[in-house]
Amino acid sequence: MLELPALGWQSIVIFVVFALSLLIATYCTYAERVIAAFLQDRVGPDRAGPYGLLQPLADAVKMFTKEEFFPGGANKALFIFGPCLAMITALMSSAVIPFGNNMSFGNNAFFLQGIEVNIGMLWVFGVVSLGVYGVMIGGWASNNKFSLLGAIRAASQNISYELAMGMALIAVLMMSGTLSLREITLQQSAPGEWAMWNIVRQPLGFIIFLVCAFAETNRTPFDLPECETELVGGYHTEYSSMKLGLYLFAEYINIFVASAVMSVLYFGGFNFPFQYELRDWFVNSQSWELASAQNLITLLGTVGLFLKIFAFIFFFMWIRWTLPRFRYDQLMRLGWTILIPLAVFNILLTGGLILAGVIQ
Amino acid sequence: MQLTNRAKKLEKKPMTLAERAYLPAIFQGLSITMRHFFMKKATVRYPEEVRPFAPIFRGLHVLKRDEQGRERCTACGLCAVACPAEAITMVAGERKKGEEGLYREEKYAISYEINMLRCIFCGLCEEACPKAAVYLQPDKIAPPRYERDEFIYGKDRLVEPVSPDARSVRGIQLTADQADTLRARLA
Repeated sequence: MLELPALGWQSIVIFVVFALSLLIATYCTYAERVIAAFLQDRVGPDRAGPYGLLQPLADAVKMFTKEEFFPGGANKALFIFGPCLAMITALMSSAVIPFGNNMSFGNNAFFLQGIEVNIGMLWVFGVVSLGVYGVMIGGWASNNKFSLLGAIRAASQNISYELAMGMALIAVLMMSGTLSLREITLQQSAPGEWAMWNIVRQPLGFIIFLVCAFAETNRTPFDLPECETELVGGYHTEYSSMKLGLYLFAEYINIFVASAVMSVLYFGGFNFPFQYELRDWFVNSQSWELASAQNLITLLGTVGLFLKIFAFIFFFMWIRWTLPRFRYDQLMRLGWTILIPLAVFNILLTGGLILAGVIQ
Repeated sequence: MQLTNRAKKLEKKPMTLAERAYLPAIFQGLSITMRHFFMKKATVRYPEEVRPFAPIFRGLHVLKRDEQGRERCTACGLCAVACPAEAITMVAGERKKGEEGLYREEKYAISYEINMLRCIFCGLCEEACPKAAVYLQPDKIAPPRYERDEFIYGKDRLVEPVSPDARSVRGIQLTADQADTLRARLA
């Protein structure tokens, strides 16, 4: 049984993370349109509110007020369950991400993280791979061949790329020796040394992980499950109203989570360069208390983590409006004959370097 | 079969390692899109921002009056003949006694209609007109409307307003100030 204060702040953190995921996903729709416009020499939505900032609200109103359509012959229960599952799994995975270091108020110290579990990375993987069921069920329940084809593509693509992703991750886990995301983050911090970030030690692994993250979130150039030119809308062809909105939302939340996971695994999470020097400077020169200096560093670290996440989200969108879509056989060839052997090579390389004592 | 000797022999070279790795090409593409990110945007935010008309722009027609405020058009029909889109129709009539202040010549247009949906704004009517009566304004476009018949502009919408000094509002002659304001608005 958890003590009430502990449960108290944990539920607050979880609620904040939940609200933030939704807010970020909401504004991802806006960011996507603005970034797309800017990359194409346009200005994007600018009618709703200053700089079009209320556009997501207008979109939400539009989504909610549209007709809810059920195709004939559809399995109604599963048809509703599909988008719900996609949304739930997308929201669940952010619970284990450490958004900040520890904060302390008086005698109460807590970590800016929903749940600290020693299987954090496993949790993210498990929940994310559940997400494909949302797509599968939705596509199957629609009673539409395009939806079914999209769903099958989504399933085979996710399974293929999860392999390479997991193997890229194994190299990180070999160095860290733990699955806990908090531990992995803390290991990437050393006084005066930001080169402790895993990107420095795992550049190949990072590239494999990045490519797989694109495939896992069904983003261009791997957005074959919703490939308009071949499959109308893919698995959400038959969806309308907010059920379609949930699918689109789940995709953006998945992007947010993938960005957060990549920031934590490879870019030091909430660590930022010279954090210890800054804390010591506050304690020594400004005669702050250690606790309040640490609180400030924690908050700065959280801001830093979100900046990293936003940079990744921008990168996702930048790629989307740069690269065309892969053909299906190219996608499979890239996954099975290039990424997986590369990931295995990366594991061997990491193991060899650990044995040789070059990295720990 | 060879039709010309300009055909270029193409050689399908095997891709180099850099080409097969995709990554250099991807970075090239990313740099191109990033360059566009910071470029000047082509969009004109229309209601707030209006693109200036070219000085030779040919817009909505107007039937001009002469210096004394009389209609110049004599309904000769040359504009209708010149019109490649057959957008102009008119009915000619004879000027009655006492109408000398309204129409300059003995013959005038009882009705004069231009279908703005047919019109291609080529300006041939303006060139054909011997009386310098029909004229395409350089700063006005035909606005959108809901019904097709609303695009058939009659004399009520085509004839230039009488000069501000001769205008009256409900029978009361405009003052000089009001006439100036009106003139400024018409200009």
